[in-house]
Amino acid sequence: MPIINEFAYVKPATVAQALKWLARYKKPAILAGGTDLLNSLKDGSIKPDAVIDIKGLDTLHKISFAGKRLYVGALVTFSELIEAEAVRRLFPVLAETARTIGSPGIRNRATMVGNICSAVPCLDSGPLLLAYDAVVTTVGRGGKREIPIVKWFRGPKKTSLKSGEIVSGVIIPLPEGKHAGCFIKLGRYAGEDLAQASVLAMALEGNRFRVAFGSVAPVPFRAKGIEKLLNGKQLDARLFAEAKKLVAAAIAPITDLRATKEYRAHMCRVMLERSLKAALGRLAGGGPAYGERLL
Amino acid sequence: MNQRIEFVLNSEKRSVEPRANQTLLEMLRDTLGVKSPKCGCDRGDCGSCTVMIDGRAVRSCLVLAVEVDGHEVKTLEGLMPGGKFSALQKSFLAHNSFQCGFCTPGVIVAVSELLEKNPHPDRNEIKEALSGNLCRCTGYTPIIEAVVAHAGREE
Repeated sequence: MPIINEFAYVKPATVAQALKWLARYKKPAILAGGTDLLNSLKDGSIKPDAVIDIKGLDTLHKISFAGKRLYVGALVTFSELIEAEAVRRLFPVLAETARTIGSPGIRNRATMVGNICSAVPCLDSGPLLLAYDAVVTTVGRGGKREIPIVKWFRGPKKTSLKSGEIVSGVIIPLPEGKHAGCFIKLGRYAGEDLAQASVLAMALEGNRFRVAFGSVAPVPFRAKGIEKLLNGKQLDARLFAEAKKLVAAAIAPITDLRATKEYRAHMCRVMLERSLKAALGRLAGGGPAYGERLL
Repeated sequence: MNQRIEFVLNSEKRSVEPRANQTLLEMLRDTLGVKSPKCGCDRGDCGSCTVMIDGRAVRSCLVLAVEVDGHEVKTLEGLMPGGKFSALQKSFLAHNSFQCGFCTPGVIVAVSELLEKNPHPDRNEIKEALSGNLCRCTGYTPIIEAVVAHAGREE
């Protein structure tokens, strides 16, 4: 389907120039990887008067680890995340999550920041960033802002980004002590597919846990009730059974062409137990290898 | 709203003036007559339009033509030494890895990216590299076999 709508294409070389262009147009769209944007342009769901390609902003194209924080710039693609040494060594569950996104041909172009800016309910980066208490950094004419990820997602395709602002990157803090995670994504087939439901479980030293779900509510979220139940305890069969009972109240899945809400709820219980077990096993130095299929 | 861009297409410098709303796939096929990238779904799902930008396999239907200004684009044509079949393509022929052939250019570009990074991939790595390329004829087995045979061959 060709793009019918006409627009100006501009490629600023500096952030200041990008902000100027953003203010100059009535309905500008920001282009990074474009894997979502191009489809929205084709189906006419957005009709911008200008497409502002930010790929010339080299300062946003970096990934770095310093002060126990991983900084992922807005132009870092999922492939670059998977290949980054700091990610492989310190955040293997980030690489595990990134490898479930689309296919190499998508990951070579799509960015994590673009993923959270599109903010569809099934976005794969959501549970991961929530579990790490990530922070979104933005830049606008009024200055810079840091927005905790939990306040970022406002609804399907709605975020806290204000008009005239650009997301510069995401900060992912490394948790204190050892930690291990496990991301499980339910899809219809083992290839490029959107999530029907997803769970990210994280196990930290001292029997502390973080659990986040995606694709089973209008926005991805942390399951605080489940975390409260598990924290400080040894996980055993009885506790898993209790935790699974809390899933129904935590999630709000819908029935659509990809799955029924009943199937999503059932699989969330299965995935909760498997991801927790895998995260615990990995924390202890064993468990399934990162990237191994657990469904 | 045209804009002049310059880029390298299959080792040859090109200067074009695409419309701002034209995709790379449309420019390659309609303006430049490069027909190996195919338009299947035109929404990034099928992989038949796969080309390389700076050595990375991408969906040319999800890239604006103007975005390749200053970059290097390679299509299947650019992966054939002297216009002749590559060893990988010969392996596809030997294994009868296509019926209609519509997906093949995209498949070969995707596999070429994999082999560039990892000359001897295992079956799972091959499957992952091809996870975004749909084939409705072969059931994939002959495609995977062709890549396995090619990658296992002594250099």
